[in-house]
Amino acid sequence: MRHTLSVLVENNPGVLARVAGLFSRRGYNIDSLAVGRTDNPAISRMTIVVEGDERVLEQVIKQLRKLIEVIKVSDISREEHVDRELVLIKVSAEPEKRGEIMQIADIFRARIVDLGRRTMILECTGNEGKIRAFEESLRPYGIKELVRTGKIAMLRGSRYTNINGTREDE
Amino acid sequence: MKLTAAQALVRCLELEQVEVVFGLPGGAMLPVYDALYHSSIKHVLVRHEQGAVHAADGYARATGRVGVCMATSGPGATNLVTGIANAYMDSVPLVIFTGQVPTTQVGTDAFQEVDITGITMPITKHNYLVKDPAALPQIIKNAFHIASTGRPGPVLIDLPKDVAQATIDFYYPEKVRLPGYRPNYQGHPAKINQAAELIRRSERPVIYAGGGIINAGASEELVQLAETISAPVVNTLMGLSSFPGDHPLFLGMLGLHGTRYANLAVTECDLLIALGARFDDRVTGKVAAFAPQAKIIHVDIDPAEIGKNVLVDVPIVGDVKQVLRALLPLLDKTDRSRWLARVQELKEQYPLTYSREGGLKPQYVVEEIYRHTGGEAVVATDVGQHQMWVAQFYRFKRPRSLISSGGLGAMGFGLPAAIGAQLALPGKQVILVTGDGSFQMNIQELATLREQDLPLKIFLLNNYKLGMVRQLQQFYCEGRYMAVDFKFHPDFVLLAKAYGIKGYSVQSEKELQEILPRVFEEPGPVLVDCLISPEENVLPMVPAGRGIDETIA
Ligand SMILES: Cc1ncc(C[n+]2csc(CCOP(=O)(O)OP(=O)(O)O)c2C)c(N)n1
Repeated sequence: MRHTLSVLVENNPGVLARVAGLFSRRGYNIDSLAVGRTDNPAISRMTIVVEGDERVLEQVIKQLRKLIEVIKVSDISREEHVDRELVLIKVSAEPEKRGEIMQIADIFRARIVDLGRRTMILECTGNEGKIRAFEESLRPYGIKELVRTGKIAMLRGSRYTNINGTREDE
Repeated sequence: MKLTAAQALVRCLELEQVEVVFGLPGGAMLPVYDALYHSSIKHVLVRHEQGAVHAADGYARATGRVGVCMATSGPGATNLVTGIANAYMDSVPLVIFTGQVPTTQVGTDAFQEVDITGITMPITKHNYLVKDPAALPQIIKNAFHIASTGRPGPVLIDLPKDVAQATIDFYYPEKVRLPGYRPNYQGHPAKINQAAELIRRSERPVIYAGGGIINAGASEELVQLAETISAPVVNTLMGLSSFPGDHPLFLGMLGLHGTRYANLAVTECDLLIALGARFDDRVTGKVAAFAPQAKIIHVDIDPAEIGKNVLVDVPIVGDVKQVLRALLPLLDKTDRSRWLARVQELKEQYPLTYSREGGLKPQYVVEEIYRHTGGEAVVATDVGQHQMWVAQFYRFKRPRSLISSGGLGAMGFGLPAAIGAQLALPGKQVILVTGDGSFQMNIQELATLREQDLPLKIFLLNNYKLGMVRQLQQFYCEGRYMAVDFKFHPDFVLLAKAYGIKGYSVQSEKELQEILPRVFEEPGPVLVDCLISPEENVLPMVPAGRGIDETIA
């Protein structure tokens, strides 16, 4: 089972090393990890995708909570949520293939962000399934390079997680 | 008030009512030691930084207060590592200061630079590299709070030299600033009710009590619980001394070298009440065979311990003293005479014994120390067979009277830890029981002992071997003894003398009897080199990978 954890941490140097170290030391598998600061510059949010059964997940969450700089851990995948990844793909694009590639980009609502003599860079956002499908569609043309962010996620509706927990405004 | 950060550090320690710090200086720590020069805080100069951290640890274990130690950058800091890991494994509150190269040089492989915050990340409860001198007082405030609350543990503060020298506007903050740190002390009332219900319905309860009882100061509540519900009590190594060793409900230590009756009582019980214990592998043996008929109630301050090694029926996160205080009024005095009769039968059927034939027996030495101190001494140990014999044969009366390296099992802990404990408890008799292997790992601290002129009594259970490993090789390597015999050994009595410490050597019960009164009358430190029968085994013993019901007697 894969779970998406939304983790609020104090925005201190070293906090990423603490979280990453915890995962490797205790043998938990991270699928992806994305970090960035929140609207409050003192606080960052990590979105961590972990693989494991319920028992592993429970330990991961408890061990994360033990870190002093971790303020809040929530398992977002238990609730209705939106998640997104962004991918940049540099694909071979001889002039005669460009039209086809642009059609694919259109289908996936991807953008062309660079056009070289024989390559193009495409940018696409979406959930994991969409990103995977996009990658597969471009593969036949020859992917030169692929860079993707980790997943970021947010609860749907008026519910939100902040340092005081998960809440909903009236 | 304008102070340098180093002066502020010392001022903070004074405000935290730190009486003693253990350490050894170096270049990066010059500013801090210069500030200590003007302070009333006692600095105990050790001979090796490992001695400083173990001594601070012994001080903390003996008192429940935060132990403080310091070392310089680089090798000073790395010499602390074993001691920090040791304190982390056994949940001992320490605040550790290390010097660091100036911030301008951090990250350049400067002389005596090591990334000690990186190295100690997995073995501290938290650590800090101080970059802003003005932040130091708040960091120290946080560090003492983190070290001593919730599940206690070591906190390290790494202080670059230029930061230590910088001038700040000093004030000591009153509040900690830790948005992500809120230990839970109160157990959940619904869970406590469920626990009470399970206890009421149980016919054969056993209380399994660990070091958490000592950390929480919950010994009185533990005795009340045991007596109210007529449940026998087994202790982990860390839990020893939390329950009176001569109490009729006491079954001693469980696990690998536990008493047979403790292990069998756990095997037969229908309810296991785990209090401040963490189902360590040395306790459970094969997990599937551990308390197989029992429902389990688990009380622990650390949520991550619950459900980690075994699944439990009633989890209660909280301070075990507060939880027991909430639980006790829900329980009626119950008489479980059938169960207690069965436990008594086990005690009689499988007593803890040894043969006194064949030389001076280590178990006998421990029993004699017990007799002479009436169980009132604080006993520190090293790691090995001697440690297990103390755990088995010394019947501790009061909490915090056993000082032993449990989770890490670090040889070399004993002497410095005993020094720390004796410094903390000047009016008490502290005893060190050590082995010749362990003793030689921090033997340089005999100089500290002499310098501090402490009345510590050292009993060296000398088998001229790494006894515990020899025993393992006897059982698991068909007696192929590899690297466990010391072919050279110092004359320990002469060695003590070289340090200005009185020494005796004994090799029979009679000789031991003769010198014991003199040893305890002596005002200063004494070493007793006990030449014990060298191939004695620690029994009972649960073979590797087996259930705790399958002991070798
Ligand atoms: C620092 C360290 N190194 C190695 C070990 C492995 N070990 C465990 S017990 C032991 C032998 C201890 O010998 P000694 O102190 O003489 O005690 P005895 O077992 O003979 O009573 C060893 C080597 C350890 N626990 N700690």
